[in-house]
This record gives sequence, structure tokens and C-alpha cells, in this order.
Amino acid sequence: MAALAFTVAACGGGSSSSGGTATTGNTMVSLDGSSTVFPISEAVAEEFQKANKNIRVTVGISGTGGGFQKFCRAEIDISDASRPISASEVEACATTGVEFIELPIAYDGIAITVNPKATWADKITVAELKTIWAPEAQGKVKRWNQVRPTWPDREIHLFGAGVDSGTFDYFTEAINGKAKASRGDFTSSEDDNVLVQGISSDELALGFLPFAYYEENATRLKLVPVDDEKPDNGAGPIAPGPDSIRTGTYQPLSRPVFIYVSTKAAERPEVQKFVEFYLANAEKLVREVNYVGLGDAAYTMVGDRFAKRKTGSVFSGVNTVGVTIDQLLSKERAQ
Amino acid sequence: MRKHADRLFQALSMATLIIALAALGVLIFDIVKDGGSRLSWQFLTNIASRNADEAGVYHALMGSIWVILITAALSLPIGVAAAIYLEEYGTRSRVARFIELNIANLAAVPSIIYGLLGLGLFVRIMAMGQSVMAGASTLALLALPVVILSTREALRTVPSTIREGSYALGATKWQTIWNQVLPMALPGILTGLILALSRAIGETAPLIAIGALTYIPFAPDGIWSKFTVLPIQIFNWVSRPQPEFKVNAAAAILVLLVLLLTMNAVAVVVRDRFQSRGRG
Repeated sequence: MAALAFTVAACGGGSSSSGGTATTGNTMVSLDGSSTVFPISEAVAEEFQKANKNIRVTVGISGTGGGFQKFCRAEIDISDASRPISASEVEACATTGVEFIELPIAYDGIAITVNPKATWADKITVAELKTIWAPEAQGKVKRWNQVRPTWPDREIHLFGAGVDSGTFDYFTEAINGKAKASRGDFTSSEDDNVLVQGISSDELALGFLPFAYYEENATRLKLVPVDDEKPDNGAGPIAPGPDSIRTGTYQPLSRPVFIYVSTKAAERPEVQKFVEFYLANAEKLVREVNYVGLGDAAYTMVGDRFAKRKTGSVFSGVNTVGVTIDQLLSKERAQ
Repeated sequence: MRKHADRLFQALSMATLIIALAALGVLIFDIVKDGGSRLSWQFLTNIASRNADEAGVYHALMGSIWVILITAALSLPIGVAAAIYLEEYGTRSRVARFIELNIANLAAVPSIIYGLLGLGLFVRIMAMGQSVMAGASTLALLALPVVILSTREALRTVPSTIREGSYALGATKWQTIWNQVLPMALPGILTGLILALSRAIGETAPLIAIGALTYIPFAPDGIWSKFTVLPIQIFNWVSRPQPEFKVNAAAAILVLLVLLLTMNAVAVVVRDRFQSRGRG
């Protein structure tokens, strides 16, 4: 009986304090979407919260796809996305009448890393990466010297992001030309720390992981510069770093990430304030969470887009492999 | 010779028990070693932050408590009522057996499926949004099969002499169930409830599916409030590149363990009280 009484008490306690905050209270700003963009949005939300105590900002992680689904149902104000909105998502938003403003906010890079003891691996070309990771390589390319004859005749142990991650999608698209097309016989994990652990304890390892993870573990991993063999965006092998990612010379393994703001939500002063705060502080906060900022010029252009409430996507359908924000935004301006 | 076999078996049983306990011991030792030093009052009262040493679990701890209380409030009465019907009133018909079989099946359904059901049913159709209520309703669905099954087991253990004695004194069926059978079965029911809630409190997948948040700068202030829970916060911290967040995750796991043990302790106390009354 006591348990039942306790039950009733819990029930009563719940409903008596239930007034107020419904799903979209008017002093709330809600974001959801990519786990890649989450650290940036979280940092901005945290700083914004300190300055604006009366506005509540929440950030969820349902993945880029999940975020867009909620966004197009007008369940959230802002969608975090690690890739541009897709054609089918644009359509979904159109059916429900949700218009959006697309704002690039940072670059995310993928680092190719080996064990520090692997002295021979000082650079790698995109073609060599494709030799290693192409679906046809499965079960065949197993030794370092199969990739480059001057490399040792020893086994190569591959590590990579899990097949459900955006990093995997982007890597396979950039290297193999098609998202998710890859050999399957490598050590994969959704948890990038597992990859760091694996590569740092295996002399024969080679793997790809988000640049932020390399930066946090720079002493345990060795970075391999990548040569895309296209001299017009930087000749020779180039290592990922803030400059090479921003200027677009670290190609093709860097990509822009976005937030999408619903135009209807942007009419609310708290959302407008939040987005303006986001863009004004992005450069500093993005760096702090180990991503690469767009640079002041690009943020000005992005801010301009928001101020003019420019709807629609310039990135959708464009292959973002090897594109810089400046190029895309100035192209839009020229039109 | 027979005695030898007996000893051997005893030793073997002992060894398996030690292995099971050792695994638990190592796990707890490892977590305390990693996260013990991080535990502080500040860790319990701060909210999430991108700076590992400013981050705390207040929002997630409160979210977990809210969700689990409402889950208990929903699954206990519904589960017990369903079990009473099946056990005391239901007939042994084919339909009843079919229902029984399916309840057992439901207990084995992966939790993410409940999450998707919760998203469709509670969040969207019933328009609860991503609220504590929607999360708790989803977890209550997850907990229900276990509550029903264990309640039925508990009802079965009540001796028929008790029921017959009650009828002999002129009590109706309902009076018998409410005054005699239920109090005697309560210890068993509570054990089942705790097992079910212990599973629910550690769930991440269904809550992520319904849209529980990851960064939320406030504790829930009602059943319609948005929320997050400890497992989601732990999952988020573990998947960050900075090693300091691993320490936070370990400390948060400790908080979750303590919450779980407190829940169990409450159930044990309640159960013991009823058990002694049943005997007296």
C-alpha cells in the first residue's frame, strides 16, 4: 500500500508543477542534429546562456538526418548539419512550409594518421589512399609495399570511423568517389577514441579520424600529409591544420559544416539574437573545440546571408568535396 | 567418492560466483579509480559545459530522477492491474495464452524499437513533444512486460488457503485480492518493478530516439519540460576527444550507480516491511 501511495504522490507532484514550458516555449531556442556540430553549438549555447539568463537554449544530437526531420516538422528552430541539406529534405521542408536560411559555420577536417614509429609513412597521395580503401582492395591490399613499392614488406593494419558516422560517409565520398563505398575488412569504431588507442599502439597501423581527435592526441599519433596531385590548390603533400583547411589547400579531406535556421523561428527575437551571437563568436569558439573557423571575411558574408534572410541552399546538390566557403559564397554574391 | 563429487561441485559453484563478483569488483574499482576524485558537490550541482572541470551532472541527474519516478508511477499500476486480470480473472483460453506468450516476447524486444514507437505515438500523435512525460511513457512501455510477468509470478506464490480463508469469511473477490493477495505478493511485485526500472534507468537508445536532449542548461521543472538523462550525458562525454571528459564520464557513472543502489535500497526496505507484516 505504501508503494501505491508513493506512486500517487509521484503522479500528483508531476502534474501540479506541469504548467508553462511546453515544447516550444517562447523563450526557448532549440537546436538538434549532427553530433559533429554538437560541440560547436554547445559551446555557443553555453556562452550565450551566460550573457542571456532568461533565454534557454537546448541542443540535441539526433544526427544530421534526424535533425532535418525534426526541422522540417517545425519541431526545432535550428538544425545542426555536417553536410548540406539533401534534395529530399528540401522537399520535405517545402511540403510543411518550413523555409530555411543556410549558414556555414566551420570546417571539419579528416586526418590520416599512423603510429609515430612508422617512419616510412611521411606522405600519401589520394590515389594511394584509394588503392588502400577502395571496395576492390578488400582481402587483397594487405601489405604496405602493395601501396608503394618503397614501403616495407609488412602487414598494413587499417583503422577507420564506423560506417554509421558522417566521417565515414565523407571519407569514402572524397577518396572512393561514392559515399559508403569502402572495403569492409578494417577495424572500425563509432568511438574515435578506440581508433586513437588502436593506431597509437600498433606500429603497422594506418587510419583516418576527425582532425579534432588528432589534435587532442598529437603526441601519440603521427600525421600523414595528403597530396591530391592537383597543383592549383597547393602543390605537394599538405598536412591538415587550421590554415590549410581554411584556405582549401588540404583537399579533399576537409568539409564545411552548417546550421540551418528556420525563417519563421528567425522572426522570434531570441532566435535572432542567438544566431547573431553564434556568428559573432564562432571564430573563437570553433577554435576552442578543435574545429577550424571560416575566417572573418567568410563570417561577414555568412552574417550578411542571415541579415538578408536569404533562404534556400547554395550547397545542396553541390559536391562539397574540395570546395571552400569563400568560393561558394562569392559565387552566390556574383549572381 | 560421492562426497568428493559433492565437494567438487561446491568448489565449482563457488568459483563461478567468485568470477561473477570479481568482474563486478573490477568494474567498480576501475570506475572509482577513474572518476572517484572528480566527484564533488560542485559536480552534482553544475550543469553541462564544454570545459571538463566546470561540467556537472545536475541537469541529467534531475532528469533521470524525474523520468524514473514517472516511469514507476505509470508502469506499476498498469502492470499490476494487467497481471491481476490475467492471473485472477482471466480464463485459460487460447486468447489468454496468446496474450501471455506475447507479453513474454515483448520483454525481449530491443529498446530502440520502443523508442521509435514512443516517437510516433507519444511525441507526435499524442503531441507530448520531447518531454519528460513522453520519455517516461516510452520507458514505462519498456518496463511493463517485466512488471506484468513478475507480478504474475508473485500472485501465484500466494497460497490458495489465504484466498479460500478470505472467501470463507464472506469477502468478495475484489476484497480478497486487495486486502489479502496483493499485500502478500507485494515483495515479489516490488522486486520485479526494481528490475524493470533498473533496466529503464540505464537506457539511452529509446530516449535519443524520442529526442531527449544532450545540452540543456536547466533541470526539468515539470512533466512537460524538456530533459536529458545520465546515460545520454555519459555517452556524450565518452565520445569526446578530450581525455578529461573520460574522467567526467566515470564520475557520472558513479552517480548513476549510486542512484540505482538507492532505488534498490528503498525497494528492499519496503519489501522487508511488508514481508514481516505478512508473517505476523
